[in-house]
Amino acid sequence: MAEAGRLIAAGAPPRRALVRPVMLLRVVIIVAVLVLWQLLAVSGLLYRDVVPSLPAIAAALYRTLSDPGFYLHLATTGYEIVVALLIGGVSGVVVGILLGASRLLSRAYESLLYYLGPTPKIIFFPVMIMWFGVGAGSKIAMGAVSCFFPIALNVAAGMRQIDPVLIRVGRSFRANSWQMVTKIYLPAMRYPVMNGLRIGLGVALIGTLLAETKLSNRGIGFLVIQAYSLFNMPQMYSLLIVLFVLSIGANALIGRFGGNRKGN
Amino acid sequence: MSRAAALSRTWQPAALGVGTVVGAIVLTEVLIRAGLINRFIVPLPSEILAAFPRIVTEENVLSRFLLTVSEALSASVLVAIFGVAGGVLLHRFVLLRQATETWVAAIAAAPLVLIYPLYLVIFGRNATTIVMMGFTAGIAPTMLKTLEGLSGTRRVLINVGKSFNLTPAQQFWKILFPAALPTIFVGLRLGLIFALINIVGVEFLINFGGLGQLINELSERYDLAGTYAAIFFVVLVSVCIFVLTERLERWLRPGG
Repeated sequence: MAEAGRLIAAGAPPRRALVRPVMLLRVVIIVAVLVLWQLLAVSGLLYRDVVPSLPAIAAALYRTLSDPGFYLHLATTGYEIVVALLIGGVSGVVVGILLGASRLLSRAYESLLYYLGPTPKIIFFPVMIMWFGVGAGSKIAMGAVSCFFPIALNVAAGMRQIDPVLIRVGRSFRANSWQMVTKIYLPAMRYPVMNGLRIGLGVALIGTLLAETKLSNRGIGFLVIQAYSLFNMPQMYSLLIVLFVLSIGANALIGRFGGNRKGN
Repeated sequence: MSRAAALSRTWQPAALGVGTVVGAIVLTEVLIRAGLINRFIVPLPSEILAAFPRIVTEENVLSRFLLTVSEALSASVLVAIFGVAGGVLLHRFVLLRQATETWVAAIAAAPLVLIYPLYLVIFGRNATTIVMMGFTAGIAPTMLKTLEGLSGTRRVLINVGKSFNLTPAQQFWKILFPAALPTIFVGLRLGLIFALINIVGVEFLINFGGLGQLINELSERYDLAGTYAAIFFVVLVSVCIFVLTERLERWLRPGG
């Protein structure tokens, strides 16, 4: 997962000379996809409603966004993700600082985190249900467990990249541990911490929503699986569109808040 | 520094790590036996250990493991074919790359696994849905890493190819592809890991297939020790695959 965050930054900057053709090509691709979709929808090649027509999806999107009930489900999911990110994020930052600050702790425990990080977290859901119940607690726990690993590993790596001069400055001012963390470590690790949070948000979102699709009676994940159960395909598409727009938007927001690390 | 001191420095952290894990297991056993942890929520670690042979024999773990691995391999083959081809295409056509690279990056970061209900409708509740979910999760990172590898080929190597008047096909197969291979493998490894995570996850969610389904079935039967044992088994399998692919990646890396 940590790689996914790095991949986003891998793109080369667009060349000014290509801006107009690039925009044109983007528009052409979008229009072509929409036209193909519509043709597929009316062709009858696939089962009816598997590929709903664009007007049907647009109408479902309008219905979804104008339904006050949707925002209650959105608030539930939002609350679960925010609390999960707070719990997983704070514990990830603390563990990351401890691992980054101590060579012994890093060598003893970091490989455990490193190898446990890419395991499929959703398999822990039955355990989370037993520990935290069938309500919001188990979904929050899923999100927190999911985001803990990338955040802890990013913070630990960030700690090791801090300029030693900054640490010496802090020590020469006789800063205590708390002051070292708040005045030196965290400001110097802004980029790795924000990158970890961005990746953490993505996986917390996945963990929470998947848990909602498995066992819940509220939240966006529940709405998606309910649309599947009722075979309401336009609504399912509309929910997925909303979900992807929100997740990409939140990802971009954290990325912007953290700034782009250029030239460093 | 003496050899003994160096050895001690190497073993101390490892001993601390292993010791902590063993200590935590023993402490959990003691706390459950003392009644401080409810054994109907957390089973005794000794019971979990005893459940391993049972789930291996009674729950056909080997065939489930092979099914999950075959699904992951099928998805990986698809990822390798379409992901590498997509990366090459983006590298070959600069305009296409400029127009779509950010989209591919956005797809790589998007919670794609959530479209599994859509795949259930399209492909049905069968192995195709699971393989296609793995493929969907793995293709974008593989494309991006292939593109990164091809774009990162050293200028001097490309100039050597030009000085030999290589055709575009020769330039690709003799210069670009071998130079990009280590990075492409990083992408394939990422693709495999993403595919595996999603495959086990979807198996669990739709209660179909191999190891993911095993966990779901055991938890629905409220076989606590079996559920925990199956979870540990899946964690062990994914860690082993992760370590194996990491070793392969190091071996492929120049000077590795």
